[in-house]
Amino acid sequence: MSQTVEIQRQPDDAAARVKAVSAVTTFGPEAPLQLDCGVSLSPFTIAYETYGTLNVDKSNVVLICHALTGDQHVASRHPITGKPGGWWPMMVGPGLPIDTDRYFVICQNVIGGCMGTTGPKDIDPGTGKPYGLSFPVITIGDMVRAQAMLLDRLGIKDIFCVIGGSMGGMQVLQWATAYPERVFSAIPIATAARHSAQNIAFHEVGRQAIMADPEWHAGAYLDGETSPAKGLAVARMAAHITYLSEAALHRKFGRNLQNRDKVTYGFDADFQIESYLRYQGSTFVDRFDANSYLYITRAMDYFDLAADCGGVLANAFKGTKTRFCVVSFTSDWLFPTSDNRQIVHALNAAAANVSFVEIDTDKGHDAFLLDEPEMFATLKGFIGAAAERRGLK
Amino acid sequence: MTSTEIAPTHGYVQNRVDLALIAEMIEPNVRVLDVGCGDGELLALLARTKNVDGRGIELSQEGVNACVTRGLSVIQGDADSDLSDYPKDAFDYVILSKTIQATRNPREVLRQMQRIGKHCIVSFPNFGNWRVRLQLLLTGRMPMTKTLGHDWYDTPNIHLCTVRDFVTLCEEVGFRIDDAVSVAGNRARRVGRPGTLDNLMAEDAVLLMSRK
Repeated sequence: MSQTVEIQRQPDDAAARVKAVSAVTTFGPEAPLQLDCGVSLSPFTIAYETYGTLNVDKSNVVLICHALTGDQHVASRHPITGKPGGWWPMMVGPGLPIDTDRYFVICQNVIGGCMGTTGPKDIDPGTGKPYGLSFPVITIGDMVRAQAMLLDRLGIKDIFCVIGGSMGGMQVLQWATAYPERVFSAIPIATAARHSAQNIAFHEVGRQAIMADPEWHAGAYLDGETSPAKGLAVARMAAHITYLSEAALHRKFGRNLQNRDKVTYGFDADFQIESYLRYQGSTFVDRFDANSYLYITRAMDYFDLAADCGGVLANAFKGTKTRFCVVSFTSDWLFPTSDNRQIVHALNAAAANVSFVEIDTDKGHDAFLLDEPEMFATLKGFIGAAAERRGLK
Repeated sequence: MTSTEIAPTHGYVQNRVDLALIAEMIEPNVRVLDVGCGDGELLALLARTKNVDGRGIELSQEGVNACVTRGLSVIQGDADSDLSDYPKDAFDYVILSKTIQATRNPREVLRQMQRIGKHCIVSFPNFGNWRVRLQLLLTGRMPMTKTLGHDWYDTPNIHLCTVRDFVTLCEEVGFRIDDAVSVAGNRARRVGRPGTLDNLMAEDAVLLMSRK
């Protein structure tokens, strides 16, 4: 049976500026999720958080879409890592660009994820065992379809603003094209309308690292309560490099040695950058499921918005009334400005209402998660102007 | 023919009298594209006073970010390469204020403007102004004036023209000139169609055009 369980998360999180409401909604057999691969997934659960208050006419909804390894804890303490304030603490909160005093913020864990929404680590009701590789392959379209079902369940028809970076940006684009009439404004950040060959290549390296780990057991590691932690850590280490930039790595680490005066002529982590990457890898495995990593990277690889529109991206946006603000970063080589500009070109060709800002930073792809005052200022301006147009107080 | 004093009470930046004139040429509640919109002064003015649905293209990222911060819909791009993205008749007005002289291919820019806009408004510094002519004659060096303040070797203004040059190009491209204003100092003269005197006296010219 379908049901929703809400847990008020009290401000045990000193860094959190706003109270988070955690909730879990289960969709029963009467409401299966129709996946692009043809499978109909049922039952399934969506874990999400909300911040702020829904106004009377339900017109102040901001939907935040998380990235590959993100989750619904956008502005609240992470339950596993204990990291306070969430993954976007400078963006979401009272008086911040996504102002929780004005807007009702929803952030959902994507389908295929591992933080409460149904994914490969959950029990397949058909077998009584974790899905593992028998979980159907999911797409960005499936993620967004599931999110729409949750909004329907909450009685929310219109989204004032949908925003997200990286894979979150793909979901934003998917929202704006699959449900244009529901989206008043859209902010795709550091993203692309299709995943590039280079990015698919990096994902494949990560997946092969996981699959090469003997503890992976063809995806059935949860049956034996093992975990391909080494493979997942390597996947994370490789991916993490792509989130940074050469300049930022040089600025932060250079060739500095880790707690030593000279190299050791061995394969210990002599350099700070090695130590840093190992740490990133080892902490990641505590909070992320290896199979989820396979499925979600695959969803990104499959993303190609123009493919369903005769290869012409502009057709995907035909007739759109949504107000767009595309954001890119100068040093992002994973989703470079040229990828983002393609979206802008297509929106122009569709005579859409679009703004485009490129933020000058050396912080690489991860810049969208970091302290970038110019990004905050421009988004505050864009969202504020959209709110005025929408007649929001 | 009327002569209008541009009063300082308009609140426009003093050296951009052309923006006030452009704003006066635009009907309310229309779709406008401002090519080379700078920090969005004209778009903000049009949004405030004419309720236009305004868009902008600006080359400098600082300008773009300033525009978006103040709530305007602006993208980073340039007149030479980005106008071709837009569909035919996408806008009621396409504005090019003091930018055409900095484009690589002014004729193609005008053609694109003509394609995507029902009306086009172009303002530009008049290289045929008597001061410019006199400077070149007397000093034998490239003229520098209030509106053309760069040395020849670092000027962004690579395609300067006179009013007469511009009118000739408009005819070639197939524009009809619907209105023209000749600006000198704080005085603006509505001239309908610019003539020899305007080519000599105008420091700046603002032309409203549409397809023939």
